[in-house]
Amino acid sequence: MQYAVLGGFCVAAMAPLLYRWFGARTAGVMALLPAAIAAWLMAQWPTIAGGGTLWREWAWVPGLDITLTFMIDGLAWLFAMLITVIGTLVLIYSGEYLHGHRDLPRFLVVITAFMMSMLGLVLADNLVALFVFWELTSITSYLLIGFNHTDPVARKSAQQGLFVTVGGGLALLAGFVMLALAGESWSLAELTERGEQLKAHALYAPLLVCVLLGAFTKSAQFPFHFWLPNAMAAPTPVSAYLHSATMVKAGIYLLARLHPALGGTEAWVVTLSLVGALTMASGAFLAIQHTNIKKLLAYSTVMALGTLTMLLGIGTETALAAFVVFLLGHSLYKGALFMVAGILDHETGTKEVTAMGGLRHAMPRTALVTVVAALSLAGLPPLVGFIGKESMLESLLAAEHHRAVILPMAFFAAFLTLAVAAIVAIRPFFGGWRETPRTPHEPPGGMLAGPALLAALSLLFGLAPGLLDSLVGVTVAGIGAPQAEVHLALWHGLNLPLVLSLASLVLGALVFRRWDRLRSWLARLEPLMARGPEAGYEASMRGLTRVAEWQTRFLQNGYIRNYLVMTLLVLLGLVGHALLMRQTPNLTFALDLYLHEALVAGLMVAGAVAACVMRSRLAAVAAVGVMGYSIALTFVLFSAPDLAITQLLVETLTVILLVLVLFRLPRFATLSTPIERLRDLVVAGLSGGLITLLMLAVLSGDRLPRISDYMVANSQPLGHGHNIVNVILVDFRALDTLGEMFVLALAAIGVYAMLRFHAEEYEARNASRIWRGDNG
Amino acid sequence: MVRSGTLILNVAARLLLPLQLMFSLFLLLRGHDEPGGGVIAGLVAAGAFALYLFAYGRRALEAMLKVSPRDLIGVGLLLGVASTLPAWWHGQPFLTAQWWTIPLIEVEASTPLVFDIGVYLVVLGSVLTAIVALVETDDDA
Repeated sequence: MQYAVLGGFCVAAMAPLLYRWFGARTAGVMALLPAAIAAWLMAQWPTIAGGGTLWREWAWVPGLDITLTFMIDGLAWLFAMLITVIGTLVLIYSGEYLHGHRDLPRFLVVITAFMMSMLGLVLADNLVALFVFWELTSITSYLLIGFNHTDPVARKSAQQGLFVTVGGGLALLAGFVMLALAGESWSLAELTERGEQLKAHALYAPLLVCVLLGAFTKSAQFPFHFWLPNAMAAPTPVSAYLHSATMVKAGIYLLARLHPALGGTEAWVVTLSLVGALTMASGAFLAIQHTNIKKLLAYSTVMALGTLTMLLGIGTETALAAFVVFLLGHSLYKGALFMVAGILDHETGTKEVTAMGGLRHAMPRTALVTVVAALSLAGLPPLVGFIGKESMLESLLAAEHHRAVILPMAFFAAFLTLAVAAIVAIRPFFGGWRETPRTPHEPPGGMLAGPALLAALSLLFGLAPGLLDSLVGVTVAGIGAPQAEVHLALWHGLNLPLVLSLASLVLGALVFRRWDRLRSWLARLEPLMARGPEAGYEASMRGLTRVAEWQTRFLQNGYIRNYLVMTLLVLLGLVGHALLMRQTPNLTFALDLYLHEALVAGLMVAGAVAACVMRSRLAAVAAVGVMGYSIALTFVLFSAPDLAITQLLVETLTVILLVLVLFRLPRFATLSTPIERLRDLVVAGLSGGLITLLMLAVLSGDRLPRISDYMVANSQPLGHGHNIVNVILVDFRALDTLGEMFVLALAAIGVYAMLRFHAEEYEARNASRIWRGDNG
Repeated sequence: MVRSGTLILNVAARLLLPLQLMFSLFLLLRGHDEPGGGVIAGLVAAGAFALYLFAYGRRALEAMLKVSPRDLIGVGLLLGVASTLPAWWHGQPFLTAQWWTIPLIEVEASTPLVFDIGVYLVVLGSVLTAIVALVETDDDA
């Protein structure tokens, strides 16, 4: 299984090559990959249906307890199946939709990579692996929303989607760390068995907040819903796949997966059901204000995501069963409807439903598919959407918390959704014929096959819901109701949910009839809408830019003296704090000093003082050199030849470098005010004092075990060397040295680039005046 | 301009360069047991080339070096990373030192030595890159 996913990334990378071989048929060829995975999953169905779980162990970073183990239970199977089947159809569809597009290979690379990331996300058992795949879906989604990168709207929407989902991803990371700490495991399978321990843990509240933030941003829950409709700037296959059927359900998947571990508490139930209900209602309400078919569908996706969250919040057996049916039904009809939206856009050249009409004559087959899928969206019999909606209403009637709030909202959402379905199915295809920018006719078979199959499945599962019993049963078992007996049926008898459905049918029809007038009335709410959550996002982005500008002016101003002061102050604050908190400074020390040692120390101090007061740079450099050589002498006196040699050489080379630099500096001048110099004096004095205290603490402390004893004892037996310094550098602490090598190399490249570009600029300025030939 | 043009410096640089380079190699190879090692040896070699640079100028140095100092950095980093790999072969943790005795001449070879040569080249390359870059801009000015 891991080979399939990781290999899938390789296939994604090979898309440009495949495009060279297969040309326009590449998308179809690449669709074989998800199709094969789907077939494999189908072959595993007997095991899954028997309540079994497939494990594929794979160590990744064993030292950190991070694995790439895949686990396929009912929930994972359902999601993996949706991802691969709809993925196959979307790939075939996009081959036609983007036919002849010059960036088709790039599109295939990203969408296949997304598919594999999503697959990894739902199969991963390890929190870290899940998080990695989670972020990969955010990044690929960003690339896909911004696919038309010449369009500023697409770029802005892509950035918005990325910021919202990745921001939530950061919260999720924190949540996962806390989850692993509280549950003492990184494995989801183990965590779901430790629900009691997690819920009783002190970290439960903060970890729940973080995990929910991650899931809510990803799944476009209120107030983070605004990025999803904007993501419709992506090509339509992307909207059909990422932003309705799969990626936005990642958050829902996570909530479902963690339901046994975290669910059932009051915080969980109240937050999820209220946020979900609010999202559901606001999604449905916002949908009917739009005439762009993709926006209509996007807001109805927001509504569906809210419904799913709400059902997880309620968490009873019926609610969980409704959750699974609704999830499946939504993926089927919404995938189909988005693909139809793409067909309409492709064939008519417009996305406005008000600009289309009477298309059933030109595209009868498309019309049929649309009507079937829209019936499912509306929640009308005999489609799977009806079963989903009925069981949703049934579980709401039995809900324990906030029924009085949730039920009206669900009813409100239900009739508005019905109106949306009617708008999408009736407006473009029925009524009088309208001229559109392009002359419409039936789309190519590859484009219609996907929606047709999905619509047919909606109908099949609606007519024979018994087919779903065992799938819903094992999925619900994975979410936390192991003993659930699920029997889905189209006809439940004349009960309250059916009455509610009938009422919503009437109201929905009314809304559809009055839609145009309703819209113009709602347009008056525009100023209020402009202050919604998206305005908050815009404001925070502006704030971010302002902070960046401020800190660039204040901290990153390019003056090395300011960087130095900042660095020293931070060092003083952190080290000084730690030192004074943990140690009482011991200022008594025995001073037995030989004359030559005192002389060297005096030389050092004199060099330092001289360097500060000299009025000539060359003299200052020499004074610094005197100080450096005195330090080298100290090393010699205390028998550290390696350090002494290094110090001497570094001093020599420093003098050389400084002299070279001095050539290029302007005349010596006093630029700093007395106050600034006083500040520098204070900072320098404090730094010196801190180092002195540090030295005293090190020398007086017996509480710190001496690390050098180990080095001395083991240098020869383990490191095969008598020179301890060298053995430490190249063996015991070789990783540090390796890091330092890279730092040194980067510094050298930085110096080179800085001087070189400066020189080139200079040369470019003089090029017109002097021709010097090739002198590099 | 930093080219000195004095006879004494020119002759001294020419005579000292081979000596200094030999000394740096000596420091490098004995570093594991006696004072020395890659860092020190690299600094000595850099000093030697810097002296030559001051005596004869940048072009003369480049003509003698044949390779760019920046390439030395690259090779050094490669050696440093390469020395981490043999441990992998034996299934030992990253960077575990490996020791071999070359059969005929009875010399001990080891990954720390390869690593140290990498350090030597990085130090030499970095210092020379900086110095040559500074001299180069002087040339242009």
